[in-house]
Amino acid sequence: MTAYTAVVTVRLKHGVLDPEAERTQEALERLGFDLADLRSADRFEVDLDAESAEAAADRADEMAERLLANPTIHDYTVEVEER
Amino acid sequence: MAAVTVAVIRFGGSNCDRDAVRALEHLGIDAEIVWHEDGLPADPSGVVIPGGFSYGDYLRAGAMAARSPVMAEVHEVAAAGTPVLGVCNGAQIGSESGLTPGAFTTNRSARFQCEHVHCRVERADTPFTRAFDDGEVVALPIAHGEGRFEVEDDRYGDLVDEDRILFRYCDADGEVTDAANPNGSKGNVAGVLGERESVAVLMPHPERATLPDLHAGTDGQGLLRAFA
Repeated sequence: MTAYTAVVTVRLKHGVLDPEAERTQEALERLGFDLADLRSADRFEVDLDAESAEAAADRADEMAERLLANPTIHDYTVEVEER
Repeated sequence: MAAVTVAVIRFGGSNCDRDAVRALEHLGIDAEIVWHEDGLPADPSGVVIPGGFSYGDYLRAGAMAARSPVMAEVHEVAAAGTPVLGVCNGAQIGSESGLTPGAFTTNRSARFQCEHVHCRVERADTPFTRAFDDGEVVALPIAHGEGRFEVEDDRYGDLVDEDRILFRYCDADGEVTDAANPNGSKGNVAGVLGERESVAVLMPHPERATLPDLHAGTDGQGLLRAFA
């Protein structure tokens, strides 16, 4: 078994309104920053032991499918690295 | 044995559970609060998933409660035809658990909104709407920060085709307009049906528009009579 950290990044699907990101962008602009757009995402770092990087990724993928993301509104990515 | 009691499920952070019981009892319907860890009573006559902030809305509103063991029991009784109603946080839990389609997410305003709204009855042949006529306008209160109904465009088309939209936000005359949409919900959807017409969720609060003394109208009674 090898120790891995799986990074699961959950973001809204393209085209789904993100009111919190819009307000954050407005606040940045109020502070004088110049920006074209802003998107937010949730990042989960999952420490786990697995037989292989693939097995770690599979398990993190299932975590995203079953809880961390809501497939109706979210896309997600999984990246695995040795810890 | 005859089923007699509506189970109102209480999670940590539910706060409309007592309101739901009181509203149901006002209508002469036997109801009791059920702590989620205790599971459903045998053969409930109905299930209400009440509003509140279960698990502090951690991760997403309703996400944690949706994965609690009692929800597997709710899916079972729902599939068997027992009426199940999710209100507000209960609607978020219902959609997160796959009991009903779509998702309820952050309001277009990015604010918590506590308002009186109008909803148009999209179909009056369900247990929750049989007190109304098709197209009737009902007045109900909302109180939510994450009530914007979202669903994939193709899936939304399916829901319309399958006649599973129960309520849409509208103006006092029944016109479904953007101005009458309090939270940016797709298609002004305020409530949807599950696989069966005896399973429904909605963001507005019928239990807060049932007791005459609350001066919020009594249109909520019609919905709760599903359990009579």
